[in-house]
Amino acid sequence: MSAVDHPAATEVLRPPPPPRGWPRERVIGYILVFLWALALVGLVAYLVSAWKPDMFWRYAPGYLSGVWVTIKLVAISVVIGALLSVPIAYGRMSRNPIIASFAYAYVYFFRGTPLLAQAFLVYYGFGSFRPQLDAIGLWSFFRDAFNCALFAFSLNTAAYQAEILRGAIQSVPKGQWEGAESLGLPRLLTLRKIIFPQALIVALRPYGNELILMVKGSAIVAIITVYDLMGVTRLTYSRTFDFQAYLWAAIIYLLIVETLRHAVDWVEERITRHLRR
Amino acid sequence: MRFGRYVLIATASALFALGSAHAQEEVVRIGTEGAYPPFNNLTSDGKLEGFDIDIAQALCDEMKVRCEFVAQEWDGIIPALQAGKFDAIIASMSITPERLQQVDFSNKYYNTPPGLAVPKDSDINGVGKEDLAGKTIGAQASTTHFNYSTVTYTDSTVKPYPTAQEYQLDLANGRLDAANDDIIALTQWLDSPDGACCRLAGTITPVDEIHGPGAGIAIRKGETALRDRFNAAIQAIRENGKYKEINDKYFSFDVYGD
Repeated sequence: MSAVDHPAATEVLRPPPPPRGWPRERVIGYILVFLWALALVGLVAYLVSAWKPDMFWRYAPGYLSGVWVTIKLVAISVVIGALLSVPIAYGRMSRNPIIASFAYAYVYFFRGTPLLAQAFLVYYGFGSFRPQLDAIGLWSFFRDAFNCALFAFSLNTAAYQAEILRGAIQSVPKGQWEGAESLGLPRLLTLRKIIFPQALIVALRPYGNELILMVKGSAIVAIITVYDLMGVTRLTYSRTFDFQAYLWAAIIYLLIVETLRHAVDWVEERITRHLRR
Repeated sequence: MRFGRYVLIATASALFALGSAHAQEEVVRIGTEGAYPPFNNLTSDGKLEGFDIDIAQALCDEMKVRCEFVAQEWDGIIPALQAGKFDAIIASMSITPERLQQVDFSNKYYNTPPGLAVPKDSDINGVGKEDLAGKTIGAQASTTHFNYSTVTYTDSTVKPYPTAQEYQLDLANGRLDAANDDIIALTQWLDSPDGACCRLAGTITPVDEIHGPGAGIAIRKGETALRDRFNAAIQAIRENGKYKEINDKYFSFDVYGD
């Protein structure tokens, strides 16, 4: 595509190729790559030698449903978190000290405490307020461990996403606002049509990171009795005492993260087309 | 010069004395959970207490070794034994075929039946599969009780909990319709103020393939000498009245079983 748009690009003179030979860096590099390759071969060899078809067929369906629970949990909570993050980010940037301090306190609490503690607080903490929750009709929601996890995760990721959003919006130069104002554009329109598209480019990578962190962080819901990928893994391990149960979980998590990483790359490629020269 | 030699000799003899003192006192490290009253429990000041601990102490006295206790989370207790973090598990661990593939066991040192606890206002009055159809049952993960529940109550939802305390909370707040555990662990909790929410629905008849012959002492595979010493010690404290003394401190009946 760039060849068509910029025919001159192909005619650029390349710098001379670097001299070959065996400098120290290259030797070290080869040794390290060799070691990594060795580790990979060892891992594959282990997996082949430890391969147990009956174990696989017995537990594979469980793993599949675990993956599905993990994906569902992360996807829903990230979407809810994204919706919640907009008013919170607005609050963080607000000039009203009361709104700003509320938003600050929210972000401070959810970024400053472990997700595990938050999940426990929601699951067991709300569990001990059953009569009160019953009275307002919320118990049927909090009775379910998955809902509790969803609740804690949404609130947690909302805090992180709000900070990502705020940082991205504030990274857009002030001149963009002033330019729009001089054209008489309303503030909301400016935000939607001028600021957001530029901010999202900045925010994309942190969003990708947050998504990946959520996938890995979701493993803790196994402790509040949700059979996510980690929950299924622990169950499998407790039946078989075979630690390849954890190895498989690690490989599946790696695959999910790798897929997400590529997806983020692809989106970035799309939304930064106009910046490429 | 001469002084230096004195120092050397003094140090060497001190080291020798220390070494021989160590040789006389063999140390056996015992892994236990510390979250399963009245069998093993970590007190608020960080000390281990309970039936398992007293029995372990009596066995070590009998074997003339010094016990060192290590508290270890239940889920990882067998891998920790295999990794050499301690030499034996005395933590009310049932002798099961699955665990026997991983570790060796001594003879049982007690055997009590499992039971089912339910909220006081529950309509569950039996422990059969049909009594619990459609209900949610909690049990501690990686236990015989959890395995029994998943295998037996196939029409119910079975939820795993890291320790007994968590399923107790969920039984009290109504997330669970029933909890499956050892009858003694359940009664101990039901008799305490925390267990006021709930009652015993019944006793479960143990199944050999799942529950095994009782709780034994787990040791690494192939360490038969240690196993034989534990077996001899168990028999000795059964015979010399030490077992009964500890038993009566905690229970009103003989938990050794038949």
